[in-house]
Amino acid sequence: MKPAPFAYKKARKLDEAVSLLGEHKDARLLAGGQSLIATLNMRLSAPTVLIDINGIGGLGGIAHKNGKIEIGALVRHVQAESNELIAKHAPLIARALPHIAHPAIRNRGTLGGSIAFADPAAELPACLLALDGEIDAAGPKGKRTIRAQDFFKSLFETALDAEEILTAIRVPAAAKDARFGFAELARRHGDYAIVGLAASARGDGKKLSDVRLAYFGVGNTAIRARKAEAALAKGDIDAAVAALDLDPPDDVQATGAVKKHLAGVLLRRVAKELMETV
Amino acid sequence: MSDTGLDIAMTVNGERVAERVDARTTLVDFLRDGLMLTGSHVGCEHGVCGACTVRVNGEIVRGCLMLAAQCDGAKVETIEGLSDAGEIADLQAAFEQRNALQCGFCTPGMIVAAQDLLKGGGVPSRDTIREHLSGNYCRCTGYQAIVDAVESVAKARAGGKT
Repeated sequence: MKPAPFAYKKARKLDEAVSLLGEHKDARLLAGGQSLIATLNMRLSAPTVLIDINGIGGLGGIAHKNGKIEIGALVRHVQAESNELIAKHAPLIARALPHIAHPAIRNRGTLGGSIAFADPAAELPACLLALDGEIDAAGPKGKRTIRAQDFFKSLFETALDAEEILTAIRVPAAAKDARFGFAELARRHGDYAIVGLAASARGDGKKLSDVRLAYFGVGNTAIRARKAEAALAKGDIDAAVAALDLDPPDDVQATGAVKKHLAGVLLRRVAKELMETV
Repeated sequence: MSDTGLDIAMTVNGERVAERVDARTTLVDFLRDGLMLTGSHVGCEHGVCGACTVRVNGEIVRGCLMLAAQCDGAKVETIEGLSDAGEIADLQAAFEQRNALQCGFCTPGMIVAAQDLLKGGGVPSRDTIREHLSGNYCRCTGYQAIVDAVESVAKARAGGKT
């Protein structure tokens, strides 16, 4: 199908984009467009105005600041994939990136767009949850920072106000004892996950603490399995699988029961990675 | 640039093109319907099948997930341009020799994506080839022959033969 008609406006500055959002109540922001244009083509969404933010300067950087890795909203997946700061200090994100779509899509898709779109089966929202990351937003009332745990509200719904724009994401640079695990099951490499798991912990030998298990593809948002985290911190993988506090709904890919089973399979794989017993 | 009709200019296969387009026109529809470059195919129209793969400023993209308006000032290359330039002659020959196309619908996108991998040099593993082409569907399911063709070209190029 073809998109319904819309006007196209190219913003050159952040405040220009913010004021355009204020003027046009049903406008959508166009960043990488790799989800948005698909939804326009399918007429799942029909805004009257698209605000192209690709020409806004200052949103495309990756920096190591105050013990954190900051990634500008317009950084494209391909850029992040080959970035040394991310490889070294945010290895969980580096692990997740190759699972996101395909080269032609990673050339266009942006990290900020993926977070703001908040697809429940996408990798990056789960990574932000697992890393206790944060999101910077700019709007008519100025700038603010939102913790990842407060950001993902429901299906494709975030804490961003209608006139706010995501400008950057930030994750703590990996500590020396930081451990990470990532696994997902998809029908085809690069497709959205049937179930996926992004995990972080602190490790001392096989002993884990601060375990964070962020699942995706199992509900309306990426979600932490807190009971399983507590069990895993006690070192018991079987108990962690038994404690998995997830209730995935059926979807086109699998029934909820299958997803729940697969979540346990992934947990066993990721737990060994975290314990470095692979 | 702020309405539903937009004046855009870009370079397509080395030729400068200036047209007025609807804001909602995707790049692949502009190439096919506006410029009659029908080698890029329209399959799923939501970024899944890869039949519309083209190059914008040297990088492969989905022609259905970019607007023509976003390509104002860009350098666009299609299968026609790559073919005329001779850049993919060996890939085209290998696809033919190894029967790596049946209905041919996916072939332009496959070749553009394969060339994107091979232009980096070296001989990628079969797994790497599969991964790089994972975004391109062949509904005749001739994947084995496609990987064979791409691998043979990689080896030939690395050996200095074409």
